[in-house]
Amino acid sequence: MLSRTAENLYWIARYMERAETAARFLEVGARISLMPGAGDGFRSEWDSLLRAAGIAEGFAHKYGDPVQRNIESYMFFDTDNPSSVASCIGRARENGRIVRTALTSQVWDALNTAYQELRALERRPRSELPLSQLTDWTLRHCAQLRGAIDASLLRNDGYDFLHLGYFLERADNTARLLDVKYFVLLPRIEFVGSGLDNYQWTTLLRALSAHRAFHWAYGGEVTAGKIAHFLILNLQCPRSLVACTQALNDHLDRLARGYGRSSGVQSRARALLGELAELTVEDIFDEGLHEFLTRFIRETEQLGGLIANSYLSGDLR
Amino acid sequence: MENRYFNEMYENGAIRPPYRRLAEWTETMPAELRNLKQAEAEELFRRIGITFAVYGEGGDPDRLIPFDMFPRVFTQREWRRLERGIKQRARALNAFLVDVYNRAEIVRAGRIPSSLVYRNEAFETAVAGFTPPRGVFSHIIGVDLVRTGPDEFFVLEDNCRTPSGVSYMLENREIMMRMFPELFRGDRIEPVDGYSDALRRTMASVAPAKCDREPTVVILTPGPLNSAYYEHSFLADLMGVELVEGQDLFVEGEFVWMRTTQGPQRVDVIYRRVDDAFIDPLCFRPESMLGVPGLMDVYRSGGVTIASAPGAGVADDKAIYCFVPEMVRFYLGEEPILQNVPTWQCGRAEDLKYVLDHLPELVVKEVHGSGGYGMLVGPRSTAEQVAAFRDKILAAPGNYIAQPTLALSTCPTFVEDGIAPRHVDLRPYCLVGERIELVPGGLTRVALTEGSLVVNSSQGGGVKDTWVLAE
Repeated sequence: MLSRTAENLYWIARYMERAETAARFLEVGARISLMPGAGDGFRSEWDSLLRAAGIAEGFAHKYGDPVQRNIESYMFFDTDNPSSVASCIGRARENGRIVRTALTSQVWDALNTAYQELRALERRPRSELPLSQLTDWTLRHCAQLRGAIDASLLRNDGYDFLHLGYFLERADNTARLLDVKYFVLLPRIEFVGSGLDNYQWTTLLRALSAHRAFHWAYGGEVTAGKIAHFLILNLQCPRSLVACTQALNDHLDRLARGYGRSSGVQSRARALLGELAELTVEDIFDEGLHEFLTRFIRETEQLGGLIANSYLSGDLR
Repeated sequence: MENRYFNEMYENGAIRPPYRRLAEWTETMPAELRNLKQAEAEELFRRIGITFAVYGEGGDPDRLIPFDMFPRVFTQREWRRLERGIKQRARALNAFLVDVYNRAEIVRAGRIPSSLVYRNEAFETAVAGFTPPRGVFSHIIGVDLVRTGPDEFFVLEDNCRTPSGVSYMLENREIMMRMFPELFRGDRIEPVDGYSDALRRTMASVAPAKCDREPTVVILTPGPLNSAYYEHSFLADLMGVELVEGQDLFVEGEFVWMRTTQGPQRVDVIYRRVDDAFIDPLCFRPESMLGVPGLMDVYRSGGVTIASAPGAGVADDKAIYCFVPEMVRFYLGEEPILQNVPTWQCGRAEDLKYVLDHLPELVVKEVHGSGGYGMLVGPRSTAEQVAAFRDKILAAPGNYIAQPTLALSTCPTFVEDGIAPRHVDLRPYCLVGERIELVPGGLTRVALTEGSLVVNSSQGGGVKDTWVLAE
């Protein structure tokens, strides 16, 4: 497959997953803002969220103070924000248009329909569009695309490149969402274990559509330890770091088998999976959750770089 | 007024046999259903993503070419004659190209003025003395035809470089079959979907001598910003070949390679949809980012085939056009089956005089123009427009040719308040490789504006499905 085609497929998936995360971020923010304030109250929570999403500077530059409505616009509609839902869907669709030959008509249809509907949404007055509708809309279209990929796409190397994009982005995004909660939303140690603490954890689970699943898997009280285990170390959770890393390994192995050769990227991914498999929640809290997550995010970035060098740049000889 | 034009559905007031079924079909179709179907067709086009961007017009890059649901029909007998005529033309045009880049017998024999060939912008000195595999320069020839009566067809122009629009031929049929399957029952209509296989066969059959295995074919596109990008990717998909941009290819050693996820892969045949000037910055325009540096060296040493071959454009020039019947006689020893439209070349003094005296009756075109831009349709222009054009001709007479305003045939077309005749033309796509093939069908373009004779999509034209009835 052409390296450029592989690259486009990989980015379609990354953008779509990123769009989904932007919508989930918005949902976390909106729910938390309904709570009586912790510390600096309402403003600081949105501010924290923007920082965790990595878009605080861009937002401040354009709007100044974090007002919910502006944040919604910025994270959903604003094409000046490269990670807004609109930016991501627009770019995913453009990437899809470029590699139409590597997509089935169902997959293209899902991408194109999302894009056309987005254009229609943009033309409607904002007052008609409550936030929940926007986030539902985003999740629905992301799911439609994944469904179309699953149902119709040939299981060739292109399928693997799409999924490398999905899981790399998802690993990164879960780590960031988790970081919002632990590092940013609850800055003072005396809140740990308080009602507020638990409420925030629950919100996070809801945003990841994992609230019910969590209860099925663990039962009882929501605790930081259980949630960290669920979102980092539990292979059953489809967004957990270990599940994403496992999937990355699977797709990299399929590529290596199909191409009859492997490179540094496979061993690097295996090492990461090995580390996660051995870890316990205690180890993570000993290291510090934030420190661990920062390290993990850096690790996925490097993995992304290796994937690009090995397959997407076209420099392979 | 309407009687001046041949309406393809009627003859002496009666409905012609090929259109009988369609006449019943439209009579029994309720108006609401028609609107519903029209909306459905548009939705299908948009969802499939068949859109057309017009250069320089701005606006919606996802604009659709209007699709008219009323098909245009040819009988088997009509088609056979067109087919013979088009294939004959394709052979003559390729013989001409091989000739002018080698011994130029036709020029030596005084049948074509040498200045028209050698001072032509499209003549590539870079390929002089080179003959591509199987002696084919132009592998896909789009022959634009107009009809003026039951048996009167004229060739309006030949497109020997990279004629576009074939995706509409295929998609129009696909959409008609999806929306009106009842019209197709009983195998009455010749299928067109063999085109992509034929195209792949054609490309594989012209692989260079150095290729000693199943040839790797690619389509080279200028990129997603090009107005025909949809067609490029559509064809690549149907043929099952890679769609590459210049940046995906590189030259190393004697060959061209593409960058893949498994390392470099050799490329044998490039169906390029990039103009000559842009395919190799080392040979042509140095600032071009669309091409592949060194491509022409590999090409000339027989390491890769480029289709259409660089330099093929010299055969489809509007001034050369006048000499195609001469080529048929000279190379094939046959009489042309399809006629040219009588053409005056403003570069010739006596022709110029005639043209200037009869401007309000004529259609005047730029020799190198395309897309319906920069032309004058005399009978549909005001006196001021005619006068202004006259000045343009006088400033550079060699740049213009003139033709009589043809009484273009019409075909029934769905319009706002029912069905009305609209002018049409036809572009079939002839494939030239080991064999010469022509899919029974083509692209019918229709001028949707009442009375208009300009069918170009950039000027408000639409498209129709084109049927050839089986025996």
